[in-house]
Amino acid sequence: MRRLPDLLLTLLAVIAAALWAFPLYWAVVTTLKPEYEVVQPGIALLPKTWTIGAYVYVLGHTNIARWYLNSFATALAVTVLVVGMSACCGYAISQLRFPGRGVLYGLILASFMVPLQALIVTHFVLMNDFGLINSWGGVVLPQLIVPVVVIVYKQFFDQIPREFREAALVDGAGEFRLFAQVFLPMNWGVTTALAIITFIGAWNAFLWPFLVASTDQAMTVTVGIVQVHDSFGVQYARNLAGAVLAALPVAVAYLVFQRRVTEAVMLSAGIKG
Amino acid sequence: MRAGDSAGAHRARRRQRLQALVLVAPFCLAYLVLFIYPTLKMLQLSFTSAPLIGDGAFVGLANYRRLLIDHLFQESVFHTGYFVLLTVLPTTLLGLAIALMVTRLRGWLQSLVLACFFLPYILPVTVVTLIWQWLLDLQFGIAQHAIRLFDGDGVAVFKNPAWAMPMVAFVTIWWTNGFNVLLFIAGLRNISPDYYDAASLDGAGRLQRFRHITWPLIWPVTALVLTIQLILQLKIFDQVYLLTQGGPFNSTYVLVQVIYRQAFVLNHGGYGATIAVVLFAIIAVLSVLQYQVLRVRDTP
Repeated sequence: MRRLPDLLLTLLAVIAAALWAFPLYWAVVTTLKPEYEVVQPGIALLPKTWTIGAYVYVLGHTNIARWYLNSFATALAVTVLVVGMSACCGYAISQLRFPGRGVLYGLILASFMVPLQALIVTHFVLMNDFGLINSWGGVVLPQLIVPVVVIVYKQFFDQIPREFREAALVDGAGEFRLFAQVFLPMNWGVTTALAIITFIGAWNAFLWPFLVASTDQAMTVTVGIVQVHDSFGVQYARNLAGAVLAALPVAVAYLVFQRRVTEAVMLSAGIKG
Repeated sequence: MRAGDSAGAHRARRRQRLQALVLVAPFCLAYLVLFIYPTLKMLQLSFTSAPLIGDGAFVGLANYRRLLIDHLFQESVFHTGYFVLLTVLPTTLLGLAIALMVTRLRGWLQSLVLACFFLPYILPVTVVTLIWQWLLDLQFGIAQHAIRLFDGDGVAVFKNPAWAMPMVAFVTIWWTNGFNVLLFIAGLRNISPDYYDAASLDGAGRLQRFRHITWPLIWPVTALVLTIQLILQLKIFDQVYLLTQGGPFNSTYVLVQVIYRQAFVLNHGGYGATIAVVLFAIIAVLSVLQYQVLRVRDTP
């Protein structure tokens, strides 16, 4: 009889998970129905007529290919720059002794106090001064401030035993070689995890890209799909087809790198998994 | 400095400083231009009557005095607080409950169930709001079947002042709860099974084990999730803007939205910066609190 409560709890978990994920299923299945079927009463869990018409319409009648390019280019640039700058900076703070090291680390820790939402006004003024409104550069630059990545790198570099460093230095390797050929490869997993989550974050960013890139040519796909919504009126299959296309890269990235993504989320929250 | 320091050691130290400079320079440059400068500029702008683009006159504390008579600003503070109330505690408790369910499972079933709860978290906010606008559509939305249990005719939830904010909170919890689940699962894994074995030997039931072992030992993670959520939800903008635009009758207008409206819609850069300073002040105080919570965690 001890097994019965266990079984019930497992069943409860499965039902709860299915309910939680149901909106996602419902959105995807809606995109595969013709519009007249979408608005029929009742709950049709599968389309009667399967169609990819909604996708064809979105691809043909919006600038989504361009938005995709904008999203890929800016998210990739944010990822490479954030991970690159943070790894270098984290290495220096962890391994080298230089004046201002403590102050720099203190500043990085203190930056959690400033919400980036509060900086939208001055970021916009700054990007305007740089002539970067409605450009990739304008989307990318303010997203480069992710201090937590530096902190994660510092913590990981701190854990590498001193012997590695001393042995390499005795062999005559310089700091840059030590960094690129010993410390980075030893933490390849961390780098992948941080890169994936930074990319997802940049792809998903809404407020800043929405403010700085408002033209049809410059906007990212995350912002663009709401424009589809505005111009279609109530055409749910089409709206949601745009949404599915926008979600596809991050959903695939998550499903492929599931363990890395969850690891990175925990790392950036300060819990080592 | 020791007297025995040779010129060679001195040179090595200088070289190390130079190498450090090269390594930290890119980050420091970005940090200075994109973070320190905008923060200081925000403070400076808040004392001026500047439009979004261009210079303005120094007006002293006029912008700050204006906060005292700005009804929309005051309402938005209240609404933001209401949203925090509706999200922070529920999402924390729900996260713990789901984590407890998931950690019981094993193998592929655990991965599958966890993926169901976590997947919404990695989606863009616009995708999330499009999905829920469809589910909650008054005429055709599938969620209206559930809403009709409370209100026979169905409700246009984002156009109804009583429903709008709770539904934005509901959608937010659905979207972001996976993050909390993950933190709780990590916390639960750190609790040694020995405690539970010992308790079982003493004949403790499920509820007793939760009350006397799980709850006290998971409390540091609970405190962490609570403070992370508090700071996160105070910065709400995206979901509100996309679902209700602050309506109906401004009943969901939130703090960040007032910054957006003043600076980007009404072209009042100076006053927009002033409200940003208020947000900054609130978050800064709470971050210090969060830091304290984290420090307590780190010292065993």
